[in-house]
Amino acid sequence: MNPFVFIVLAVLTVLAALTVVLHRNPVHSACALVVTLFLLSIFFVGLDAQLVAALQVIVYAGAVVVLFLFVIMLLNLQVEEGNVSARPLIATGAAGSIALAVLLVAALRRATSGKATGVPAGFGETAALAERLFTAYLVPFELTSILLLVAIVGAVALAKKGG
Amino acid sequence: VAVEVGIVAAKALFIVLLVVQVMGLGVFFERKVSALIQNRIGANRASILGFAGLGLVNTLVADPIKFLLKEDVVPAGTDRLFHFLAPLLSLIPVLVTFAVVPFGDVLEIGGRVINLQAAELNVGLLYILAMASLGVYGVVLAGWASNNRWSLLGGIRGTAQMISYEIALGLGLIGTIIVYNSLDLQDMARAQGQLLWGWLPAWGILYQPLGFLIFLVAGVAESKRIPFDLPESESELVAGYFTEYSGSKHLMFMMSDFVEVVLIAVLVTTLFFGAWQVPYLARDGFHFPWGSGLALPSLVVALLQVTAFAVKLVFFTWLQIVVRWTLPRFRYDQLMRLGWQGLLPLALVNVVVTAFVVLVLERA
Repeated sequence: MNPFVFIVLAVLTVLAALTVVLHRNPVHSACALVVTLFLLSIFFVGLDAQLVAALQVIVYAGAVVVLFLFVIMLLNLQVEEGNVSARPLIATGAAGSIALAVLLVAALRRATSGKATGVPAGFGETAALAERLFTAYLVPFELTSILLLVAIVGAVALAKKGG
Repeated sequence: VAVEVGIVAAKALFIVLLVVQVMGLGVFFERKVSALIQNRIGANRASILGFAGLGLVNTLVADPIKFLLKEDVVPAGTDRLFHFLAPLLSLIPVLVTFAVVPFGDVLEIGGRVINLQAAELNVGLLYILAMASLGVYGVVLAGWASNNRWSLLGGIRGTAQMISYEIALGLGLIGTIIVYNSLDLQDMARAQGQLLWGWLPAWGILYQPLGFLIFLVAGVAESKRIPFDLPESESELVAGYFTEYSGSKHLMFMMSDFVEVVLIAVLVTTLFFGAWQVPYLARDGFHFPWGSGLALPSLVVALLQVTAFAVKLVFFTWLQIVVRWTLPRFRYDQLMRLGWQGLLPLALVNVVVTAFVVLVLERA
């Protein structure tokens, strides 16, 4: 990816992500989340991962956040008033962020900073990704699907109990 | 490089213009076919500067002018930003999907072989689904930002409906993906140029009749039109999520409705009815099954293909509008039951059966 494009996108992504956390209106926060996810999918395209980018938009931007918005509207959440962001929350958040930053820096220091080697032909395309997913990573893939199934059954069970 | 960019821009412009033209025809059908079905004459009285001689054509010219000149009313208490953004978020995602739609095979001109598709994407079909799934934000935000109970109800109904039917829509397409073994629409279109038993064009409908039905029903539901128009049902919610929109913003919502209809027609044509294929027409001309043939230059072949694509497109647009004026509106529980208990299990069965048959045929 062109460094200039990268920097512009990165700044926009961070701004959108900050809006998610800092905005007082839940609907605006959710929309900022959509923008963040959409911008991330552009990064995936830049990394030759077209399939991941498409799935990111379909699953997260197109479905998950829509459900967030749906719930916000059904519960009629209002703009939060007063000082809800109590000190313990800020303290934990800050500590978590610092820990994450330290980890990232440590990880990136070990990364080799050479010229990026070219990716093999077809990298990130559907066929190549499916090949890995259904051979080398078959067991984790299927286990994930079982996890999701359990979650669905659990959600239905909870909904039935309430009704 | 400049030539390459120019070619891509020309292709993109062409497909957008094609879509807009078919959309205009859709409005024409909406006026006249509905009149025919309801045994009345239909719009024919618009007068432009005192001239009303062209009947419906006048109306088609006058309508957009009227929309653009009307006052843009923004009610008090709205969320200004999202009230402004919602129509754009409704229209733009649907319009950009057409970038990956092929409208012909190849055009050989001055030693260049031009693939008649604006953007060649390895994940073309998923790209369309991804962009189309973003259209829901226009509906949900219009409903929320308008500060109106009817709008909010319409927005919530629209969201639930679009999410529910998106699942059936996507699953209905998996059978086709298995059959063609590709996500690129141009690959799918070319695969449909083969002949079964030497004479029958191998169009997708022959392999995926059930997939076609599921996709068509779920597609009409996605475009929020009768019999699935509960988000805007005018007898209950005034106009649903776009109650509080006027002038050109209202026009954008109506446009995005029609563009969605054209998108469904494009996908049905491309996946199930041979895309731009004309039966027995190959790159170098006709090859009839009874042995004779007719050699044609590349330009003529491309023109025939583009025409075939446009004609099929217009037909499926017309079909959806006839459906709209024929069926009554569902109740909301019926709508949800059809989506989750009808289309979804059928689509799953379709996926499993298709996968099994393809596997058996490959082994044999």
